[in-house]
Amino acid sequence: MTKHEKAKAFDLTRREADEPTSPVVRFGPEAPLKLVSGAVLAPWQCAYQTYGTLNAARSNAILICHALTGDQHVANPHPVTGKLGWWQTMVGPGRPLDTDRFFIICANVLGGCMGTTGPSSTNPATGKPWGLDLPVVTIHDMVDAQARLIDHLGIDTLFAVAGGSMGGMQVLQWASSYPERVFAALPIAAAARHSAQNIAFGEVGRQAVMADPEWRGGHYLEAGTRPEKGLAVARMGAHITYLSEAALHTKFGRRFQNRTAPGFHFDADFQVESYLRHQGLSFVERFDANSYLYVTRAMDYFDLAADHGGVLARAFQGSKTRFCVISFTSDWLFPTAESRQIVKALNAAAASVSFVEIETDKGHDAFLLDVPALTATVRGFLDAAAKARGLPVAS
Amino acid sequence: MSVADNIIAAPAKPSSGTHGARVDLITVAGMIAPGARVLDVGCGDGELLRLLAETRGADARGIEISREGVSASMAKGLAVIQGDADTDLADYPDDAFDYVVLSQTLQAMRRPRWVIEQMLRIGRRGIVSFPNFGHWRIRAHLLVRGQMPVTESLPDSWYDTPNIHFCTIRDFVELVHELDAEMERAVALDRYGRPVRVDVPWWFWNLFGEQGVFLLRRRG
Repeated sequence: MTKHEKAKAFDLTRREADEPTSPVVRFGPEAPLKLVSGAVLAPWQCAYQTYGTLNAARSNAILICHALTGDQHVANPHPVTGKLGWWQTMVGPGRPLDTDRFFIICANVLGGCMGTTGPSSTNPATGKPWGLDLPVVTIHDMVDAQARLIDHLGIDTLFAVAGGSMGGMQVLQWASSYPERVFAALPIAAAARHSAQNIAFGEVGRQAVMADPEWRGGHYLEAGTRPEKGLAVARMGAHITYLSEAALHTKFGRRFQNRTAPGFHFDADFQVESYLRHQGLSFVERFDANSYLYVTRAMDYFDLAADHGGVLARAFQGSKTRFCVISFTSDWLFPTAESRQIVKALNAAAASVSFVEIETDKGHDAFLLDVPALTATVRGFLDAAAKARGLPVAS
Repeated sequence: MSVADNIIAAPAKPSSGTHGARVDLITVAGMIAPGARVLDVGCGDGELLRLLAETRGADARGIEISREGVSASMAKGLAVIQGDADTDLADYPDDAFDYVVLSQTLQAMRRPRWVIEQMLRIGRRGIVSFPNFGHWRIRAHLLVRGQMPVTESLPDSWYDTPNIHFCTIRDFVELVHELDAEMERAVALDRYGRPVRVDVPWWFWNLFGEQGVFLLRRRG
């Protein structure tokens, strides 16, 4: 990326934080958001995208919850990178989340950097970016913020709430916090709590960001800079956890980049190094480093059972929601055992639950990719749920 | 107490909504009270569960080991969990269901006795249907050819059959007694899956029934 392109991306992301390309709902001082930490956020805002049309009965809305580094741009070109939406395989006309039949909503999470209040948003009290002065947010807070958006859109009950990874955590929180507002729930490659191993990975990423001198104690935006190196290293480390050993081996093996023998230097000699460096660099172009700290922290604090006296089943007691839990065989970040814990709790709560473990070597990232068994399962579940809800089925 | 005392006539065939369903599944469905909570262990593509939901208004759930079977069941609007009954039944709470069904799956279990114990813990009643290895064709096959039988209903060779624990109707009845479960109903099905309606001693069923279908009840 040239210096000019870099500066342009910087300006674009700065603008998206306060004045996003997406529609945005601004909640004034009269509509504060109370956070789990006890802090109160006001004013605050929530940016979102929608696809398809809300029906007259307002009964066909599906909320998609995005993952750690995702955003609301599910099925349209990204305003900063120009890349395709992150869930194009799943969302669109005739796709499982069929925009011809359903009204699809996705909001940028609280703590994010694409127009919903986050550390790169302007703190109204100072006129400067919030930075680390923003109160720490939780998955629970993210879901409460989304519920306020859904209220604003005049939707009482969501036909479905769907999401992978951290999005799946939000799905579980939705089903627990607002059971009567969720007809169907699809937590994919998710967990009811962040494991010690995942907290550990998160901490490595945060330390990488904070070790970059350009991070400047979180005040880098005022200085017109960003801790790009630190955030890129965080992304590189995290990206490994999204793949599987088998997928890395198939994709890169031990192949060298543009050569056939070792170069005896420390440039990106192996293809896998070059790939990771590219992942790191393209990430910093669109993502805010402080957001990375806030959102990974939110995942760390997530423990749905702990919020219910240590008994996960209590989070779903009396739930009428129909659940579709999906995991992937090669996902070692959110392994099948975590999904089984969710299923076990839902069974104990006598909730309606289906569970599928999809065979793939694509690792945790499988939920974002074109995996035919995933699309077929989601399609089958949603179509049957649509029938049960009296919504049109696929033609 | 003779087994025959517990054997009563096969239930009447349900009148509606069963079009095209396998006859043995209709027999199982006929044993289930309307509106019951049912768990089908090894539910395949969910055909029995669909039948139960549509004709008995059952709250029908399933466990199935194959991903394809689970996805097919989910597309029918059923709540089915991918898992291995030989281990996963332990995760279900006591008395979670009115009925737990093992339709043509007992013989494929690694721990059939444990599975039946679990089904009577999870559900107040259990329904088990299985191919009767005491059927005269099978006996004849062994007697005449000296080989493991390969028949229309048991088409796999011994080395690649998923059926690892065959039993006869007599064997099964003995196990039920050992587990101190009550046999509320017992039905033998002929080779077409139709109930053998004749009132005969059970050894006759052990010889001429291709399948046994038992409705069990936990005592106490």
